Amino acid sequence: MLNVDKLNNGIVLDHIKAGNAMKLYNFLHLDKLDCEVAIIKNARSRKMGRKDILKIEGGLDLVNLDVIGFVDPDITVNIITDGKIEKKKLTLPKELHNVISCRNPRCITSIEQGLEQVFVLTDEKKKVYRCRYCDEAYTWND
Amino acid sequence: MRHLLNPLDFNVEETNRLLDLARDIKDHPGQYAHKCDGKRLATLFYEPSTRTRLSFEAAMMNLGGTVLGFSSAQSSSASKGESVADTIRVVSCYANIVAMRHPKEGAPAVAAQFSRVPVINAGDGGHQHPTQTLADMMTIRQLRGSLENFTIGLCGDLKFGRTVHSLISSLIRYPGVRFVLISPPELRIPDSIREDVLNAHNIEYKEVERLEDVIPELDILYMTRVQKERFFNEDDYLRMKDFYILTESKLALAKKDMYILHPLPRVNEISVDVDKDPRAQYFTQVQYAVYVREALILTLLNLV
Ligand SMILES: [Zn+2]
Repeated sequence: MLNVDKLNNGIVLDHIKAGNAMKLYNFLHLDKLDCEVAIIKNARSRKMGRKDILKIEGGLDLVNLDVIGFVDPDITVNIITDGKIEKKKLTLPKELHNVISCRNPRCITSIEQGLEQVFVLTDEKKKVYRCRYCDEAYTWND
Repeated sequence: MRHLLNPLDFNVEETNRLLDLARDIKDHPGQYAHKCDGKRLATLFYEPSTRTRLSFEAAMMNLGGTVLGFSSAQSSSASKGESVADTIRVVSCYANIVAMRHPKEGAPAVAAQFSRVPVINAGDGGHQHPTQTLADMMTIRQLRGSLENFTIGLCGDLKFGRTVHSLISSLIRYPGVRFVLISPPELRIPDSIREDVLNAHNIEYKEVERLEDVIPELDILYMTRVQKERFFNEDDYLRMKDFYILTESKLALAKKDMYILHPLPRVNEISVDVDKDPRAQYFTQVQYAVYVREALILTLLNLV
């Protein structure tokens, strides 16, 4: 059993906007990993009112920090090695490779075999990512 | 190695240099007749566009080069399911430069990623058609002497007209260009152009519904086609279609030195009796498009 409170080696993603934990779980493909994962929803937070927390047992190689930065750069990433906690700062990644897919049906990525899905950050303030090929902006459909 | 995928791939200085070269080719074609001896252009047209393809081929031949290619997906390996990436890797072995037309947006960008030779976007769906934009800019510059300080009216389908979007994005980089956007409400420019291009750069513009109301203030009138299918209903189409047809009587209201451009093909949005008016410059535009493509081929092949 994963000890939700005490994790000796693993990653704790804290201050996830309430409701976003599952989104992150899917983007990080945690369902495909063998390691133990704890999802804590609607935890009380002084800063945020309610928040979600993800605890993942195992090393940093299990998660792509770019993906977390893309979902929400304000998430706190705690990396725990032998009980010692190290915090990692996140930034909006400049490019995303094979994280999200272009939804423009007229885009070449809809028919070209074996083509990487690439999105480029075009507006840092508004968090706009555009398909490298057709320039379509990625929109969250919450 | 450089490609041309989007008209903004060239900054203002590079664009001006290209337009200078195009003008020099126009004035001294003989000096350029052998610049591309031994060079080959491949025209990869996954959808037919005879006019654009012939323009590219004429440009290469004017420079002394040769051409090969295909003019529809059916006559290419794409019909056997070959990817754009594989096709361009193969064609890179036969040609020194490629012009690609594709119905899917971003296909030329994919080609550029895998190509060993420069790729020119010759139109990718509703996305970009940079050589048309360069031809539009050369025409305006030749007619007016400059790309600064003028009022341009863009008339017709401003929503789906990619040439309009590219032209606006390119012209805002020059000082003193004012835009008058003339269209039915359902065919106004997309928010992305209004917000991210015009408003974001504090560009002076206005949106109106009738050409007649604004034609006296225009220095350039850029006409586009309004397709019946774009309207929500037949009544609106019938009510509004005449607003966007240029006739001799509307032209009588315009300045004596207002020039009319059109990316062609035209259907009925410019009546044929306007053709004989010296202000009608859409066929000049076709001629200049060849010079611009020549200048582009020379630039991308580093032959200048
Ligand atoms: Zn796309």
